[in-house]
Amino acid sequence: MSDPTQPTSGDDPTAAAATPDPAGTSAGTSSVPVEPTGERALADPADEVTDINPEVDIAPEDIGVPVVSEGERLLEVDEVTLRFGGVVALNEVSFHINKGEILGLIGPNGAGKTTCFNVMTGVYQPTSGGVRYLGKPLGKRKKFQITKLGIARTFQNIRLFANMTALENVLVGVDAHHSTGVVSAMFRLPKHRREEAQGYARALELLTFMGLDGKADELARNLPYGDQRRLEIARALATSPQLLCLDEPAAGFNPAEKAKLMELIRTIRDQGYTVLLIEHDMKLVMGVTDRIVVLEFGRKIAEGSPAEIRDNPAVIAAYLGVDEEDAS
Amino acid sequence: MSTTTSTPAARKPTSPGFRERVTNLPKAVKILLWVLFAIFLFLLPLLNIPFITTEGSDFGGVLFTVATYVLVALGLNIVVGYAGLLDLGYVGFYAIGAYTIGVLTSEHAHMSWVVVVPIAIVIAMISGIILGAPTLRVRGDYLAIVTLGFGEIVRLTLVNSEWLGGAQGISDIPKPPGFELFEVPSIDWSSGAPVVDLDTTSTFLKFGINDFVPYYWLALGIISLVLLFDILVKSSRVGRAWEATREDEDAAELMGVPTFRFKLLAFALGAAIGGLSGALFATKAGFISPDSFQLLLSILFLAAVVVGGAGNRWGVIVGAIVVSYFPERFREFADFRVLVFGLALMLLAIFRPQGLLPPRRTVRAKRADERQAVLEEGEASV
Repeated sequence: MSDPTQPTSGDDPTAAAATPDPAGTSAGTSSVPVEPTGERALADPADEVTDINPEVDIAPEDIGVPVVSEGERLLEVDEVTLRFGGVVALNEVSFHINKGEILGLIGPNGAGKTTCFNVMTGVYQPTSGGVRYLGKPLGKRKKFQITKLGIARTFQNIRLFANMTALENVLVGVDAHHSTGVVSAMFRLPKHRREEAQGYARALELLTFMGLDGKADELARNLPYGDQRRLEIARALATSPQLLCLDEPAAGFNPAEKAKLMELIRTIRDQGYTVLLIEHDMKLVMGVTDRIVVLEFGRKIAEGSPAEIRDNPAVIAAYLGVDEEDAS
Repeated sequence: MSTTTSTPAARKPTSPGFRERVTNLPKAVKILLWVLFAIFLFLLPLLNIPFITTEGSDFGGVLFTVATYVLVALGLNIVVGYAGLLDLGYVGFYAIGAYTIGVLTSEHAHMSWVVVVPIAIVIAMISGIILGAPTLRVRGDYLAIVTLGFGEIVRLTLVNSEWLGGAQGISDIPKPPGFELFEVPSIDWSSGAPVVDLDTTSTFLKFGINDFVPYYWLALGIISLVLLFDILVKSSRVGRAWEATREDEDAAELMGVPTFRFKLLAFALGAAIGGLSGALFATKAGFISPDSFQLLLSILFLAAVVVGGAGNRWGVIVGAIVVSYFPERFREFADFRVLVFGLALMLLAIFRPQGLLPPRRTVRAKRADERQAVLEEGEASV
């Protein structure tokens, strides 16, 4: 599973971008050109497509975990099995994520993609096997401890703090590495003031980056759908993660919005984040990822570059439903 | 960046409402208004304003009761409004505060009131932690049931423990030490117009047995301290963590909020304020028994928070005033009290389900907006 030929991603933001949209081959969806011009022409009439400001520096802040260099292993999922009673949700799944890459995790409905996220972020404890992060097992760490170590995620069903403002949502993420307590807050000690100032600055940067700066004071629940999705990403980025896990961030988006989102994900990677992406839309996954892991019925059935995955008979079988004998 | 969506001009124009006009006042004017308001509140029991003043019962005493309810509502608001933990046994902490005063100043020791009040706060806080540590792992309705049980356990313990005075309770709780600085005259309206009545005065700050106004002053001072504490803590990381936990506990945990720790903190702080108001109650009453801490009181406390608007400190203050003042003011309808109360709650649930003053974020959001406008200008000038 360690594939030495995979592209180390330090050198290829453009490579990924320039990959000719391979999924033009897949499905009969109207093909949306990913070229900037065509995209803008499509995007302009749609009010809800907000432009991001990619020039804003949102690089992860130092959160006290060792920073591995580009291309080194950031996280390893090691023979993870997860059973719920008799149901085997994950069956000896192994893969790894390299620093600086965009890894796609795909598979049909119920394949175990989100479950895999849940194991990585501490929501579930694997029945056997384990997750190694920066070379050390995550063990039985609590969810918030794992976040502090630098793994952040978004949710398939948007789970913002609905009655807090957009800014406050992001501030909660920034707060993950703060330690102001009641006493500091009560007496407005220097620690409180320093952390508040730093937190506001970073939160506003992230909102600006996401194109949400005009909506900082809107309650999260009043934001349009697309903005909510972006706000979730901003909130996850606020925790300065080494690894950003996006669970179907494009769900419910139209093609123009999807194209924007892919541009956004690449920009996020270029700013120094590693991205793990769950996505249904094959075209989208093929266009943006460096490597892809395919799950089916809780098992890993393929791993490789987008081109390899596209031609993999097992993957085609899983998606198109060829007889099992033919596929194997 | 031709497509930037957030130019200041694009923001929808809003007509200045009352709130905005107030926030836009110069700082000096605002401070002056606050000082005037504070003076008004301090003088309220002596102004004897017609219609507001309760006829049947001593207005100072009524205002003191209202003040303890306000204090309780502020404490419970931290638990229910901010952290979203439904606590039906809040009267338990109130009782613990009151009994700490009773036991340490009258029943088993004769310590100074000034020393005992902090002890009461700490003991209530510890009891909050003891209750919270095992139970805050359950959520929602289950937590409500567990806390309901806690309130009853406290009361039954008080009834059955001889050491705590049993069903007779504790009497002869001493008055707090006072000092006599100046006398404040009251206003007499009997002639139809306000006349300063120099014969009926209240002494600042002498805690007697006939004049309850000084107790009200004491409670008012404590309320302002608690309010200040509330404002400072709520507008910090702690407040945000509470709200995130209330909104979505799992998501909060995954965003790095140690939710259990913050829930326990809310519980402990709420319990401490509950204990403090219980201590005040015992001080003024001079006598406490388990009957003073019925389950109904927990329900009333919770009603104050819900009626006012859980999560908004000004809302719960209004709620506490509604819940405690109106039954005193309209004593002549005392027989219909519960009926009217129930009707009011029903109407409220229909027309204002968020409470009379639901939480608003305009002020903080405004401030954020200003900061951001400054940032934008900075960028534009580069």
